[in-house]
Amino acid sequence: MTGSTVSGAAAVSRSRRSRALGRRSRAIGRLVFLGPGLAYLIVLLLVPLALILSYTVFRRGRFGGVVYEATGENFTRLLDPLYLDVIVSSLKLATIATVIALLVGYPTAYLIAQLPRKWKTIALVAIVLPFWTNFLVRVYAWIVLLSGPGLVNSALGDLGLGPFEFLYNQGTIVTGLVYSYLPLMVLPLYAAIEKLDPQLREASANLGARPARTFVSVTLPLTLPGVVTGCLFVFVPSFGNFVIPELLGGGRSIMVGNLIRDQFLKARDWPFGSTLTLALLAVLIVLLLLQAWSARRA
Amino acid sequence: MRRPRLLYVPFWMTYVFLYAPIAVLVVMSFNSGDSPYSFDGFSLKWYGELAGNAEIGKGLVNTLLVAAGSTVLATALGTLLAVGLARYSRSKVLDAIGVLPAVLPDLVLAIGLLVFYGTVKMTLGLHSVLLAHTVFGMAFVAAVVRTRLTHADFSLEEASRDLGATPATTFFRITLPQLVPGIAAGALLAFTLSVDEFVIAFFTAAPTEPTLPIVIYSMVRFGVTPEINALATLLLAVSFTVVIVAQRMTRLTESFT
Repeated sequence: MTGSTVSGAAAVSRSRRSRALGRRSRAIGRLVFLGPGLAYLIVLLLVPLALILSYTVFRRGRFGGVVYEATGENFTRLLDPLYLDVIVSSLKLATIATVIALLVGYPTAYLIAQLPRKWKTIALVAIVLPFWTNFLVRVYAWIVLLSGPGLVNSALGDLGLGPFEFLYNQGTIVTGLVYSYLPLMVLPLYAAIEKLDPQLREASANLGARPARTFVSVTLPLTLPGVVTGCLFVFVPSFGNFVIPELLGGGRSIMVGNLIRDQFLKARDWPFGSTLTLALLAVLIVLLLLQAWSARRA
Repeated sequence: MRRPRLLYVPFWMTYVFLYAPIAVLVVMSFNSGDSPYSFDGFSLKWYGELAGNAEIGKGLVNTLLVAAGSTVLATALGTLLAVGLARYSRSKVLDAIGVLPAVLPDLVLAIGLLVFYGTVKMTLGLHSVLLAHTVFGMAFVAAVVRTRLTHADFSLEEASRDLGATPATTFFRITLPQLVPGIAAGALLAFTLSVDEFVIAFFTAAPTEPTLPIVIYSMVRFGVTPEINALATLLLAVSFTVVIVAQRMTRLTESFT
C-alpha cells in the first residue's frame, strides 16, 4: 500500500515535471518557428505600412523630402476634383472590367464544371497558363494587335475599313484589365459551381422551373460566394494598376496607380503619395469587409 | 449532366480571347521582316538579335539572382512560419499577418518598401529587391505548406514526442519529411512569382541593376520591336513548361500519398 502511494507521488511529480518541460519546449518552439518569419514581416511589412500611414500627416518639403510637421492638407488635397476624378475613374474602370470578366467568366466556369474529368483538368490548366506568363508580355501583345499600324487595323484595311485608333483610350484599358485578370475570376467561380449539388438543379427542373428560373433561384444564389471572391480577385489588382493604363491608356494619369507612381517617382511628394496609397487601401479594405460580411450571411 | 449548347459560344470565345494575342506574338517572333506587324517569312534572326542584347542578358541574370536568393530565404522563413502558426499559435492576428503580403495589392507593398528603404537610408540594389520579394514569397510558401500540414498526421508528431524525442528531432525526422512536397511546391511558386514580378521590383531596384521585367517595361514603353516578340516567346515556353511539369509533379505526388 505504501509502495503504491510512493509510486503514485512519483508519477504526479513526473507528470508535473513533464508538463513544465512541455511548457518550456512550447515556448522554445514558438520562438524558433514563429520568431524569424514574424520578425521579418514586422520589419519589412508592418513597419513600411505604418510609415505610409504616418507620412500622410506630414508636408512635402520645398525641395522634396519631408517636413515633420503635422498637417491635414494631404487629405483636403485628396478632395480636389483633379484627384477625386482620377479615383472615381479608377473605380469606374475597375468595376467595368470586373463586370465584363464576370459575364465572360461565369458561363466558361459553368461549362468547365460540367466537362468530363479529363477535359476539365485540361480546360482549367488552359485558363491558368496565360496567367503564369509574364504580365508585361501579355500587355505588350495587345499593343502589337491594336496599335495604329497593328494587326487588327491591317486586317480591317484589307476589308477596306479603318484605320482606327484602338489604343490609348479607356476601352483598351478595360480590355487589358479583363485579359490580365480573367483567370482569377474563372477559378473561384469554377470552385463554387463544381461544389454545387446537381440534384438541386434536377429537383428544380422536376418541379417545373425553366432553366432560366433554375439559374436565378438555385444556381446563382448558391454560387454567390464564388462570384464575390472572383469579383474581388479581379477588382483589387485592377483598381491599383498603373502598368495597363500607362501602356494601353497612353501614359496619362487616368488611374490612381499612375497618380501614386508619379507622386513618388516624379513629383517626389511622399506625404501626398502616401495619402493616395492609403485611399487606395481604404477602398480595398471596405470591399474586403463587405465580402466577409456577405460570406457570413451566406 | 446536361451541357447547354449555347454555353459553348462564350466558352470558346474565352479561350480565343486568352490565346489569340499570345499566338500572334509567337508567330511574329519568327518574322524575317523588320516590321512587327506584317509577316514576311520565316527566320530566327530576332532570336539572334536577342542573344546579342546585353541589357536583356543583364536583366535576366539579375532576375535569376533575385529569384534564387529570395526563394531560398522565403522557403526557409515560410516553412518555419507555417509550422509555427499551425502548431504553436492560435492567434487569428498572427494568421492574418502571415497571409497579408499575399493579399495586399503589389503597389501598396512596393510603396511601403520604397518609403521604408528611403527612411532608413538603405541604398537600393539587387539586395533590396531580394528582400522585398521574400516578403510575398514567404507568405505563399507558408500558405502552401500549411495546407500540407493540415493533411499531415499530427499523431505521428505526438508519438515521437511521447517516445522522448526532442522538438528538434521531431521536426527534422517526422514533420519535415511529410512537408517536402508542400515545401517544393511553395518554393516553385515563390521562384515563379519572383521571376515575373514587376511592380515591386520597379520601385525597389536601383536604376543601374534592372530585373528582366523592368528591362521589358522600358523596351515596351519606347515602342514595339520584334526582339520583344522573340523574348516573349521564350518566356512563354519557359512558363508553359514549368506549369505543365508542376502539374505532372503534383499528380505524381498525389498518387504516392
